[in-house]
Amino acid sequence: MAETLVVIPACNEEQRVGAVIASLRAQVPDVDVFVVDDGSGDGTAAAASAVGARVARHPFNLGYGAALQTAYKYALRHGYRFCLQMDADGQHQPSEARKLLELVWRGECDVAIGSRFLEGGGGYPVPFLRRAGIQLFSVLAQWLARERLTDVTSGFIACNRRVIRLFASDLFPADFPDADVRLMLQKAGLRVRETPVVMTAGPPNKSMHGGIMTAWYVVKMLLSMMVVWSTRYPRPPEEDRP
Amino acid sequence: MTPTQRVFSIVVATLFFLFVLWAIRRRTVEIQYAFLWLTVAAGIALLAFFDDLLQAVTLFIGAKVPTTTLFLFGILVLVLINVQFSMRISHLHGRLRSLAQEHALLSEELERERTARAPAADQAK
Repeated sequence: MAETLVVIPACNEEQRVGAVIASLRAQVPDVDVFVVDDGSGDGTAAAASAVGARVARHPFNLGYGAALQTAYKYALRHGYRFCLQMDADGQHQPSEARKLLELVWRGECDVAIGSRFLEGGGGYPVPFLRRAGIQLFSVLAQWLARERLTDVTSGFIACNRRVIRLFASDLFPADFPDADVRLMLQKAGLRVRETPVVMTAGPPNKSMHGGIMTAWYVVKMLLSMMVVWSTRYPRPPEEDRP
Repeated sequence: MTPTQRVFSIVVATLFFLFVLWAIRRRTVEIQYAFLWLTVAAGIALLAFFDDLLQAVTLFIGAKVPTTTLFLFGILVLVLINVQFSMRISHLHGRLRSLAQEHALLSEELERERTARAPAADQAK
């Protein structure tokens, strides 16, 4: 068994998940891949197992955050020391995976987060409204966390076991993990490092913050950040080995 | 309170009471919720029998007419019940999520064990 688990939440990604995993394996061969099929109606699970990934299937759709948490619970139970979390839709480039992983492998930080907005990152034009939303939460999270954060909505993250333990716990905001998670990491005393990555635009109409949902998302996130901000988090152990 | 009003209130409360009892018998509502609604029915009946009570409360909170008191407390009770239901639903939602996650992880493990135990049978298929 490898020490690192790549976790990929997927819902109706039959067309893309196979290519993402194959490309990832070519880039980082020494990892296990775990896909959480979040109640897909298509052949997502079969497509993922066909390329050698382990697959857990939610009996019904539980949402992105819950799918992530399922994967972190798996990682914790099976004694993985590191995790890389990426999307199944091809938005996150497998070629950038190693860059994130190496930061946590070397112990330079507890969490490495891929940012589109750091110098050297980017990739595709983010629509104005969404960019404004991301900016709003970046500013807010930076102010609350007193830390420089540029891409608080990024779901391209590498982390070590201290973080896996936190994400697998009930403290994880499984409703919609985003800027609130960044705040939680800081409050839990974990070392966060952003690193520039290039992302490609996800398939149209698949973005979770598009259209009329934006306003609802903003309200939910503000409340969630308030909850995180007022919560006390236990200090994770210095050395967390399985 | 006019006799008509009183009779009407008592009839409404009684019908509501019977309806809740019927729901308990059919097991469509749990006892804890049924108790809540039986209490509400009893409250309506109580106010119908002793309308002095309503007058006293109206005077106490400074309302001009008893209808205000009725609506105020009626709405307040409904709001509180709803908030309580939201809490309960959220709690159940959290449990449901954990349960579904656990189910997914255990199924995966079971599947893996099965294929590990019977690789030959798998290949024979």
